[in-house]
Amino acid sequence: MNSLNRNQTRVLIAKPGLDGHDRGAKVIARALRDAGFEVIYTGLHQTPEMIIQAALQEDVHVVGLSILSGAHNALVPEVISGIRSAGLNDVLFLVGGIIPEEDFEGLKQAGAALVFTPGTSLEEIITSIDRLAPRR
Amino acid sequence: MSKHSNDLKESQAAWNQRREQIEKKSPPRDERFTTLSDMDVPLLCTPDDLDKINFDYVRDLGFPGEFPYTRGVQHNMYRGKLWTMRQFAGFASPAETNKRFKMLLERGQTGLSTAFDMPTLMGYDCDSPKALGEVGKCGVSLSSLEDMEELFAGIPLGEVTTSMTINGPAIVILAMYYAMAEKQGVPKDKVRGTLQNDILKEYIAQKEWLFPIAPAVKLVIDTIEYGTLHYPNWNTVSISGYHIREAGATAVQELAFTLADGMAYVEESIKRGIPVDDFAPRLSFFFDVHNDFFEEIAKFRAARRIWSTMMKDRYGAKNPKSWMLRTHAQTAGVSLTAQQPMNNVVRVAIQALAGVLGGVNSLHTNSMDETLALPTDEAVLVALRTQQVIAEESGVANFADPLGGSYLVESLTHRVEQEALGYIKKIDDMGGMIAAVENGYPQAEIANSAYHFQQQLERKEKVMVGVNKYQINEKKRNIDTLYIDRTIEKRQAEKLRTLKQKRDAARVKACLEKVGNDAKSGVNLMPAIIEAVKAYATLQELCDLLRGIYGEYREAGSF
Repeated sequence: MNSLNRNQTRVLIAKPGLDGHDRGAKVIARALRDAGFEVIYTGLHQTPEMIIQAALQEDVHVVGLSILSGAHNALVPEVISGIRSAGLNDVLFLVGGIIPEEDFEGLKQAGAALVFTPGTSLEEIITSIDRLAPRR
Repeated sequence: MSKHSNDLKESQAAWNQRREQIEKKSPPRDERFTTLSDMDVPLLCTPDDLDKINFDYVRDLGFPGEFPYTRGVQHNMYRGKLWTMRQFAGFASPAETNKRFKMLLERGQTGLSTAFDMPTLMGYDCDSPKALGEVGKCGVSLSSLEDMEELFAGIPLGEVTTSMTINGPAIVILAMYYAMAEKQGVPKDKVRGTLQNDILKEYIAQKEWLFPIAPAVKLVIDTIEYGTLHYPNWNTVSISGYHIREAGATAVQELAFTLADGMAYVEESIKRGIPVDDFAPRLSFFFDVHNDFFEEIAKFRAARRIWSTMMKDRYGAKNPKSWMLRTHAQTAGVSLTAQQPMNNVVRVAIQALAGVLGGVNSLHTNSMDETLALPTDEAVLVALRTQQVIAEESGVANFADPLGGSYLVESLTHRVEQEALGYIKKIDDMGGMIAAVENGYPQAEIANSAYHFQQQLERKEKVMVGVNKYQINEKKRNIDTLYIDRTIEKRQAEKLRTLKQKRDAARVKACLEKVGNDAKSGVNLMPAIIEAVKAYATLQELCDLLRGIYGEYREAGSF
């Protein structure tokens, strides 16, 4: 696989649902920007529909969903299927937050490539994107 | 002290030379030694450090229970009464949380503390499309007075104190609590507890808001005014640094921004015409207790000294109860690790000890499994027992401010105080905390600190045991977690549908109209909201009505 051109890789960091915990999302958005990616952050309290629209408008390569409220099983599949059915088939989906291990499998089946829990290093997230983001 | 200072200076200089000689052969482990908040700290403090800050025992410390309260707010501290052991709880339906409350009371907990789910915190009922997947997850789901009645069924409200962590729609939830207490027949002066109700820190850190800042602050002042007149033992606002810290602030930022929020509520209440000594005794605080032992102890001591001085000198309060900073504390959620979760028990114990040595009045200890999910009964029990071991086995509760007078603790307290006052000065220059929050100042400061800390973790300049050092390969985490099943959403929605059918629709409509009219005219909304919740108007009906009048807050998604 050819190496990734970070500055042509658009990453959408999104906060779905009512959860207000945005420390992680903002730190990651900033780290990805500092690493050279083009980063768009949705801000808080986004419905799945708002995130789908943002992903389409920005024609993103990567969507990172940050959820610490426990609503991941309801929200993640809705965002992923919405983006895919609108025609963006190759988007890399990452999920981060307080996610119990029992739920990893379900989220992966819904289309999340990786699930990051607290304690994940920025380095690991960056290299995962380098490795897995679509080359368009 | 100064009479020794020449001798001391000489002998200290000589000791320093000897130490430097030794360090030439075996250098220190690190180039910098810092607190968790990245404050450089000395190896040793001596009376010389106290001379440098012109330390004056009577002025700077005084005695426990007396101005400036550095040594604590009670004369005999924990000998009179231990701190309140108050474990925050709430999940799934009101009935399920009611069971957890009763279990905690049976096990010796002395106060209740309610966690609400995200829809409740944002003013949405359980059947709102916005509540999808969130009902009962992060706390208990509550949409009407009926839910409130279930939540506290069989719990004598006149005998326990209750804390409720709710902010955006706090006025509605408080109205439900007052209405329920009235139904239980509890006299108003026996209704004891605390409403978090600190909306400024929502814009700064926790981000569960409803309305724009000005009307939101107006509602806070409504609850202060109403509580002052009718519920003399209810703590109207719990001015909260916890969320500010958890969002990434340093200890000093936590302290400064929290006190600045408190000052804003004091100033707005005075503007409303409420005499300072009428409302200030019912203000309470809520801080984080993080990992850095001495930094945290210094923070609590500095907090009490700054607040008492502000209340007395700046706001002219005469009643000593107005000067006292009474505080709840919670161990640091962000310090817990999903990796090797049993280690969290140790972290929590150290943090709790710092809180007690810092003289807190009430404490929540986190459970070991909280980075994974809401805590199980067993994990909650260990957390509560941690406090009981500190209280009844360690011996520390025998003493008032046992670290007072320590060269290190006094210099650190002074430093934390001075740096916090520096921030407060800056905020004053911006026109006060409301203006500073509108400009995004504390938000940006916190985001910078959070990023700085994360970078330090990446470079291993800061250590999290089991995360960036001493990792082991954990195949399957050997810990049970609490699982909230999704039938809760349906069960709650069904209950709400039935309620809406059986309540008096005409009465609800009339009550909502009255709330709307009062909101437009700007009078205190509390009486009208109490009447509306008694008619079983729902949380969202009231919040939607007010959103229609006040508008909604939107934050720019900057990072």
